[in-house]
Amino acid sequence: MFSYVARRVVYAIPIILSVALVCFLLVHITPGDPLVAVLPADASQELAQQLRVAYGFDKPLPVQFGLWVWRALHGDLGSSIATGRPVLAEVLNAVRNTVMLAVFAAAIGFTLGLFFGLIAGYFRDTWVDKVATSIAIAGVSVPHYWLGMVLVIIFSVQLNWLPAVGAGSGGSAAWAWDWEHMKYLILPAVTTSVIPMGIVTRTVRALTGDILSQDFVEALRAKGLQEFKVFRHVIKNAAPTALAVMGLQLGYMLGGSILIETVFSWPGSGLLLNSAIFQRDLPLLQGTILVLALFFVFLNLLVDIAQASIDPRIKRA
Amino acid sequence: MTVITDTALQAAPVTKARGYWATVGRRISRDKVSMACAVILLLILLAAIFAPYLGLADPYQGSMIRRLRAIGTPNYPLGTDELGRDMLARLIYGGRLSLLIGILPVILAFIIGTSLGLVAGYVGGKLNTAIMRTIDVFYAFPSVLLAIAISGALGAGIVNSIVSLTIVFVPQITRVAESVTTGVRNMDYVEAARASGADTFTIMRVHMLGNVLGSIFVYATGLISVSMILAAGLSFLGLGTKPPEPEWGLMLNTLRTAIYVNPWVAALPGVMIFAVSICFNLLSDGMRSAMDIRN
Amino acid sequence: MTDTLEITDKMLEPLEDIGGDAQPLLHVKGLTKHFPVRGGLFAPSKTVRAVDDVSFAIGKGETVGIVGESGCGKSTTARLLMHLMPRDSGDIVFDGRAVGRELTLRELRRGMQMVFQDSYASLNPRLTIEESIAFGPKVHGMADKTARALARDLLGKVGLRPEVFANRYPHEVSGGQRQRVNIARALALSPRLVILDEAVSALDKSVEAQVLNLLVDLKREFGLTYLFISHDLNVVRYISDRVLVMYLGEVVELGPVDDVWDAPAHPYTRALLAAMPSTDPDNRTEVPPITGDPPNPIEPPSGCRFHTRCAFAEAMCGESKPLLTEITASGHQTACFMAIPGSGHSKAPRAGVQ
Repeated sequence: MFSYVARRVVYAIPIILSVALVCFLLVHITPGDPLVAVLPADASQELAQQLRVAYGFDKPLPVQFGLWVWRALHGDLGSSIATGRPVLAEVLNAVRNTVMLAVFAAAIGFTLGLFFGLIAGYFRDTWVDKVATSIAIAGVSVPHYWLGMVLVIIFSVQLNWLPAVGAGSGGSAAWAWDWEHMKYLILPAVTTSVIPMGIVTRTVRALTGDILSQDFVEALRAKGLQEFKVFRHVIKNAAPTALAVMGLQLGYMLGGSILIETVFSWPGSGLLLNSAIFQRDLPLLQGTILVLALFFVFLNLLVDIAQASIDPRIKRA
Repeated sequence: MTVITDTALQAAPVTKARGYWATVGRRISRDKVSMACAVILLLILLAAIFAPYLGLADPYQGSMIRRLRAIGTPNYPLGTDELGRDMLARLIYGGRLSLLIGILPVILAFIIGTSLGLVAGYVGGKLNTAIMRTIDVFYAFPSVLLAIAISGALGAGIVNSIVSLTIVFVPQITRVAESVTTGVRNMDYVEAARASGADTFTIMRVHMLGNVLGSIFVYATGLISVSMILAAGLSFLGLGTKPPEPEWGLMLNTLRTAIYVNPWVAALPGVMIFAVSICFNLLSDGMRSAMDIRN
Repeated sequence: MTDTLEITDKMLEPLEDIGGDAQPLLHVKGLTKHFPVRGGLFAPSKTVRAVDDVSFAIGKGETVGIVGESGCGKSTTARLLMHLMPRDSGDIVFDGRAVGRELTLRELRRGMQMVFQDSYASLNPRLTIEESIAFGPKVHGMADKTARALARDLLGKVGLRPEVFANRYPHEVSGGQRQRVNIARALALSPRLVILDEAVSALDKSVEAQVLNLLVDLKREFGLTYLFISHDLNVVRYISDRVLVMYLGEVVELGPVDDVWDAPAHPYTRALLAAMPSTDPDNRTEVPPITGDPPNPIEPPSGCRFHTRCAFAEAMCGESKPLLTEITASGHQTACFMAIPGSGHSKAPRAGVQ
């Protein structure tokens, strides 16, 4: 097991470096001068040059990359061109809100997905299966940002039960775990949960179906095992794959929150990314993407290790 | 010489056997859900292509006095948008751009990804490692994040949005193509073809493509569903097409403020995205089960 | 029924017979294939010695059987001979011509064909049976129409009515019929040597017997030479003239099939033969002849590879490797110190006495 973990960690290093390279290069495929956002329209040549040196844009690309990685390793992702604040602090602050949203959404999506998937797989080709698979396919096909709008229309505009946007009075800084604040989380979290719900349902349904058609289940039943105990075997066999899929989905929710956070003005990393793009705040754009991608790589690593620790077939591979 | 015959089955009637694709086609044409989806998609596509001949209102012509009419208003069966333009016309015209930016990236990625995956899977060895490890880097980003990062860096625009989505889908299709190709390549019939002295190109053409393309095609059809949502999403964020072009994602964005006035009109463009996306998903599922002819 | 004359005028011209009957059709010398196994992060990489210094010859018109447990390198040997995977070292000489020097790979593929074990996996599911058989001749320049006609003739030769089977797809026929198709496909290139890699192992017993008889008939009619690989000793005995016993990538015994069956010289061969289930209930096998699983081929035992499971092993067996040595004038060879005169093993005959 130790050697497996060590190997996975070592393999993650080149991936992390490549991810850093992609994030770094993003800025350089950007058309136009990266200084546009900070330079006044009538700035002199000297001022432009000064700023270029200050941001390090005058050095050759490999040197810039090396310096950028070196600083990133020391927790310095530069400062936002728009606000002047350190990028890392801004990103981490926003990521906290996104994690909150993603965890809440995962709780909803995974619970429903597991439930629908298990009953659909268990009662294959019955009406239960048809209903559950229909819900699942709707979940993976729905434009979630539109679903967010529709939920706002129903629960905020028409029924006036829940707030439409934001994170409550005082913004994210004044967040507290009370109803006054938590009601702001409900609509974004439900909206975020539909895709993972659909995918987990489809995965678990397929897994359950496959396992139930295997000979060992037949053998369990033949020896007179009660049906709920057979079911326990099914769950045990489906767990490693289901867990891997859920881990990946959590990663997608963290990294792909931009559309939903934009709809609900939720102060997370997605909204930060949105403003970085439209203010052409390149250090912030670069830093946000890097942090989110690293989160994703780290999560994948955790999923692999967790999967290996519960599935005896993987460790030996 | 005595020929030992497998007598029981030797007596089988002389039949003209159906080809694989004919069997698949027959199976899918019997699947009501797939057929319904195909018809809906075809109608939306044809309406978008022939929009100018359908006698619709001008999708660009607005009017301040008839803004945000409700669904069912005379002359405006689906109401009007925030600038008083006919929603029905804009939804149908909107299909032109929306389908283009949703489907084209998948077609491009299908061509690029299939080529890469075929080469990686068939040649194997170092080339496989080089291609697949590069692909892994793109897998280290969640696809929405990658699409938005590239699109955001390149700047708004239709071409940029198509480029960024293509970049997102190429790794996914390559991975599927590589694994299918590797699977087929290790089949004994490919070994047998090599043993008969055929060159790589002939083996690819006769023995690999037909067995590989089907699965990749089904996967790509399912990807169109994701691509439609993402493409419209990019426009929704303001990274795709620009006003006043009718495009479903952009229409959702500009109508967002209207949800307090006439909410259901504002939700209409999303219905279109949803419909196209779910139809492609169901069609992909239907094709997958139709192609599994062994059951 | 199509007659022989009709078929030969469509068939490709077989590779020319060069050395006459005295020259073996296939001569294999020192064939070796090691697979690298990737080690862990801190473990060095290792190699599997799948085929290790294997040498043998197949005479013209002969049927040579290869037997051994699964994992002993039988199938790897077949694939190496077919040049479906590169070998590490060794020479493969086809009718006096070394492959890669006097004989091109393309020519070799005309001279040598193979039938695989899995009848379903070895036919392209998207091609009709006729198309599958016609593919090979077309690769070698035959016109599509002629190739299809040849395919139909060959279907008749393997006992399948062409009008019933030619246009069918592999999933529409039974396992035995598919294997007949695979045999027809191999014959379509007019080979002189056919490698049958567990070609009847997956079939039902009754169908297996029919296909075996078909193979015997075809061999006579087309003047073929067979290399017959199987783990089923009864089948090998039935069809082979000579047999070759492999253990962990090495040849341990080789000789005329009756000699080997009547007087097995290597303890491994004896154990294999003793393990054969008898059809006579009074003649049941009561003691398990070999204990334990075959050792891991990644780290084969030193010396004689069988010594870890051999009841007669002595110290020398773990130290030095017995070479394949001729023990009778009929060409019966074995690699066991007990059979090598003067080897120093306590059970070995004294030097000079046979």
